[in-house]
Amino acid sequence: MLALVAACVFFATQSDRFWTGENLSLVLQQVMVVGVIAIGQTLVILTAGIDLSCGTVMALGDIVMTKLAAEAGLPVPIAIFAGVGVATLFGVVNGLLVSRIKLPPFIVTLGTLNIAFAITQLYSRAQTVTELPESMTALGGTFHIGRTSVVYGVVLMLAAYAITWFALRETAAGRHVYAVGNNPEAARLTGVATERVLLGVYVVAGAFYGLAALLAVARTGVGDPSLGQTENLDSITAVVLGGTSLFGGRGVILGSLVGALIVGVFRNGLTLMGVSSVYQILITGILVILAVGMDQLSRRGAR
Amino acid sequence: MGTARLTSLAAAACLLAAAAPLRAQQPIIGLITKTESNPFFVKMREGADAAARANGARLLTAAGKNDADNAGQVTALENMIAAGAKVILITVNDSKAIVPSIRKARAKGVLVIALDSPTDPITATDALFATDNYRAGILIGRYAHAALGNRSARIATLDLFPGHPVGAQRHNGFLKGFGLPAPEKSRNDLGRPPQVVCMADSYGNQTRGQAGMENCLQKEPGIDVVYTINEPTAAGAYKALKAAGKEKGVIIVSVDGGCQGIRDIAAGEIAATSQQYPLKMAALGVAAGVAYLKTGKKPSGYTDTGVNLIAAKPLPGVDSKDVKTGMEQCFGDRD
Repeated sequence: MLALVAACVFFATQSDRFWTGENLSLVLQQVMVVGVIAIGQTLVILTAGIDLSCGTVMALGDIVMTKLAAEAGLPVPIAIFAGVGVATLFGVVNGLLVSRIKLPPFIVTLGTLNIAFAITQLYSRAQTVTELPESMTALGGTFHIGRTSVVYGVVLMLAAYAITWFALRETAAGRHVYAVGNNPEAARLTGVATERVLLGVYVVAGAFYGLAALLAVARTGVGDPSLGQTENLDSITAVVLGGTSLFGGRGVILGSLVGALIVGVFRNGLTLMGVSSVYQILITGILVILAVGMDQLSRRGAR
Repeated sequence: MGTARLTSLAAAACLLAAAAPLRAQQPIIGLITKTESNPFFVKMREGADAAARANGARLLTAAGKNDADNAGQVTALENMIAAGAKVILITVNDSKAIVPSIRKARAKGVLVIALDSPTDPITATDALFATDNYRAGILIGRYAHAALGNRSARIATLDLFPGHPVGAQRHNGFLKGFGLPAPEKSRNDLGRPPQVVCMADSYGNQTRGQAGMENCLQKEPGIDVVYTINEPTAAGAYKALKAAGKEKGVIIVSVDGGCQGIRDIAAGEIAATSQQYPLKMAALGVAAGVAYLKTGKKPSGYTDTGVNLIAAKPLPGVDSKDVKTGMEQCFGDRD
């Protein structure tokens, strides 16, 4: 959080265009896809898992919904439903393999990463889908707060964070996610259905990737089969920068939004200053190591 | 989050601040390349930077994360408009996927010029400064045909990736220059006459080019002509041929004209290449952008930035320039 504030103050002094409603709205718009993916990723990481498949699963959802709407001529809501459904289905597969067969999440999602990528390429024949019906990109439309235009998708992202935040804090299912991540054995002994919690987490994560696909379509206005190749690492970066522990059980969902924003603010701010975006990658790398280092130190301190 | 993170941020920030003093009131021109590190785009940035300085403009640069990263280019485009750029030069990664974003930019009054690769449709940008890639293909096709002489052609093509117009134009131009039936310049599909015995996608990269060639040799050991999308791919193909003991007598042709590629020609690994001129694309693009900012006159249509056939061994009936000429105008490290 401090890093985000510091970065914002710094860029505001460096460019008079940075601290404008229009530009801040743009940053939000640029992080909305990875921001929504990071919600799913946070849930998985809270259970001490990891999801490498999120980006390519999103790409598959993206291609399924755009192809069905633009080429098969299905009504837009049904096409979107199908796209989100496919992504959720991948969540089910990940969840079953992790919770029932007890395969390591890293391996399971490495497998589904490749499977989703291959299906996307085969199904789209590696071609971009264009000429989408207008209603498909409705979330890319804007409304005005004062003189600043805000994209509907950003509102959706913020709502998704608010709902997940509430569910993790206030519902039994949400507390169980933390319990399973902290100590699955203890959670099981106290009567938590650990397998069902794990399965549920991956399924919900899959649905969020489907939602991210819809936002990606709204943002770029096309179905892009080359999408999602770095979103797995980008979302893990956001989660880690947000202070969620990779060992599970500890973390706040809103931190992931802050994490995603840090990356977005650096990219945007450096471009406004005319500095190559490679520096953003450099700074992100340093911040990730610092964040994980601090997590480790605070764990040792707690013992 | 603690003070350690804050301190490191402040340190990084100071470094950056020192590197980039703020200059106001200068016209801003944006350049978005496919990737940061490819020598072709390094040269392009060099040309754009020199032209911008000469015209008192400030150049912003950004790039995709890899050759297929459309989302990164969309983000760069938005950030540059937010930074106040009124002219944006872009080498598009995805000729179709970028179009809605370019439309939005132009609707805001930004002049968008495509460099090196056209958008699909080509009219999505105000103007295009690029190599005639079909002609680049024709030149190496003619050379390969002449070099093969009376032998029967068994051709492998190591292409870019599906759906990219530059990949299609070079491939189809090569076939036409070779005297084979080929799709026209405007087509985006790859021609495949029976003489083409193997096709593989290289993504313009040496490792995949090598793998593609290895697979092609498994399929058809008697390959005698190899068309490659660019010189890194050609280097990969040569490596595969050498490992199979077949490097002699196989004619490798390519497109680009990078310094490493020209050295490979001098070493006899690549037979010929069509050299293109990124510096010129960028310089012309920036000049057109500055002219627009000064006079309001928009550039339009397609400007051919030229292409030359470079070969170590001139052949009768085929116009080519020698390695020395190629070396003088190449991009990348000269030594």
